[in-house]
Amino acid sequence: MPTAIEVHGLVKQYGTLAAVDHIDFSVPAGTVFSFLGPNGAGKTTTTEILEGLRRRTSGAVTVLGLDPWTESGPLHRRVGVIPQDFRFFEKITPKEAIEYYRALFHTDVDPGRLLAQVELLDKTGARFDTLSGGQKQKLGLALALTNNPEICFLDEPTTGLDPHARRAIWAVIRGLKREGRTVFLTTHYLEEAQLLADQVAIIHHGKIIAAGTPAEIIHAHGRPARISVDGSPELAAYLRRQLSLPAVADAGRVSVELGDKRDALKILAAIDASGLPWESFETSQDTLEDVFVRLVGQMDEGALKSEATK
Amino acid sequence: MNFGHIAADFKIVMRSYFRNPVALFFSLIFPIILISLFGLIFSSVGTSSVTLQVINEDHNSPVSAAFLSALNNTTVVKVSLVTDSSVTPSNFATWLGQNDDPVGLVIPAGFQSNYLNHTSTNLSVFTNPQDASASGTVLGAVRGVADGFNCAAASGGKLCKPVVGYSNENVGSQVYTYIDYLIPGLIGFSILTSPMFSMVDIASSYRKEGIFRELSLTPLTRAEWLTSRITWYVLLTFVTAGIMIAAGVFLFGAHVQITLGLLPFLVIGPFFFVSLGMLAGSVAKTPESAALVGNLITFPMMFLSGTFFTVSSFPAGLQVFAHILPLYYVIDGMNQVMLFSNAGRALTDFAIVLLGSLVVFALAVRLFKWRDE
Repeated sequence: MPTAIEVHGLVKQYGTLAAVDHIDFSVPAGTVFSFLGPNGAGKTTTTEILEGLRRRTSGAVTVLGLDPWTESGPLHRRVGVIPQDFRFFEKITPKEAIEYYRALFHTDVDPGRLLAQVELLDKTGARFDTLSGGQKQKLGLALALTNNPEICFLDEPTTGLDPHARRAIWAVIRGLKREGRTVFLTTHYLEEAQLLADQVAIIHHGKIIAAGTPAEIIHAHGRPARISVDGSPELAAYLRRQLSLPAVADAGRVSVELGDKRDALKILAAIDASGLPWESFETSQDTLEDVFVRLVGQMDEGALKSEATK
Repeated sequence: MNFGHIAADFKIVMRSYFRNPVALFFSLIFPIILISLFGLIFSSVGTSSVTLQVINEDHNSPVSAAFLSALNNTTVVKVSLVTDSSVTPSNFATWLGQNDDPVGLVIPAGFQSNYLNHTSTNLSVFTNPQDASASGTVLGAVRGVADGFNCAAASGGKLCKPVVGYSNENVGSQVYTYIDYLIPGLIGFSILTSPMFSMVDIASSYRKEGIFRELSLTPLTRAEWLTSRITWYVLLTFVTAGIMIAAGVFLFGAHVQITLGLLPFLVIGPFFFVSLGMLAGSVAKTPESAALVGNLITFPMMFLSGTFFTVSSFPAGLQVFAHILPLYYVIDGMNQVMLFSNAGRALTDFAIVLLGSLVVFALAVRLFKWRDE
């Protein structure tokens, strides 16, 4: 699979602060790549460097084989971008905005079709300053698609949107992937990344702290799967004795980590055979969000300890 | 430069403008209010007669009396003979200043005999540079009456021979009222303020809101974007100038010349000030500092470039300062073509503004950034 984005040793320095600190990653063409990180982690800086909106301090970056800073002109004809908190001319309608971009990019895209694609057809003639936040983001998405881009950079496209609007944008992103386009998505919503992304990278303090598919990251950094029931400490003790598994009782629930998926059946059989009361069992596994919170938390804790020992 | 891009952006600017009631008010209604206000306040300056103090050294000869009577008949001048015998031509200027009289006239001895003998004779007109309106009125009236006397002195069918002359000839051939001077000044005011305030605001607010970053992701270039704005303000200036001239002529009876020579100034003025506004907005870091920079540039020009009062009525120091203000050359150029038919000086004014515009446009395109370094 050809590579759409290549990043090697990327650094962005603001004075003494390294906002992006020697990061490497690549994005295969036709995939959805999600770039995650807490506020101030360096994800928007990285994204803007890839978009050709910000000059890098050092490192090698190519997007569609082009240097985003020095070859921004040709690059911008082939990519679409929605920045955070998209803004446009206040008195202009979505239809006029698309016609404007169509004239600038010399394309023959149909404004009606594009607005229908982002579910904004009912606001064709409404002025930008009368649109809601979600509608503005949808227009940003429509404009990003005006030039039929090979890569779409979507910087937190669903932040602040209601669930319906968010799902509409998810549908568009899935459609872009089906059409074979590459999507570079930054988001605060881990659920969104887990649902949409083929590949994920987590950046914190300017460094990538985890990368891979969502499953790979969860497998590498998450806790094992668990089975839990409402039950007493006696039940936990019984399971530890019978199965030699680390059963834990806490706040009226008993949970046991699963070393293997077949353990679940053994545990349920043992619970039933114990004769002790129990109710409502469930299995659970770490999500990308759990892993994200733990990784970022561990890193911040480590930084605090290191600061304290100085 | 892609003209398709400029046309697309121009359409966006035009739509935004027409949907903005405040912008429309300041473009179309405010000029009428402005010219009506100043016209009403100062209309008396040009329409009521100016008192002209006269020393008649020809001892009320019939010809000199007829000349003064003709001046009175113009209705814009009211002749008042100086009766104080201590006032002579040599101390007349001082006396006029002490009595707050802005204008005076000395008819020399031998005026009648020289006139009847067709020998050249020269009147001395005293004017106060701080009252350009009265000066213009009197010089125009004296010239008009003198021309009449010269023609009367000539034989029928022959060209009028210049017999009666006067010492101050720097004013045009018509009697001008304040409103005539005001029209080019207010057009200049509009050429300055509309693009300057708007572009300074746009430069800072578009940067803050990320609209420039949006535009940087399109094939539109900074030069094309700026050209589209300049084109829009040129069009707007044509409309505003048309409104002001029409209001001046129909409401206050102004008599300015509407010639093709005016067009270059209606183009070059917005070209300069759109570029300057963009430059000012680009060097400022925040919208607040942009407004400050814009005001620092705009306000001195607004009042010291001959907008409301002729620069010649300013104290000497301010006159020097006015000559370094670009708006001065725009207004002076319009004065030359609309009032004085002085194409040579208008061309010089135009050349100065054109040169400045090219420099400011180049600087604005270079210094205003779509994206962050």
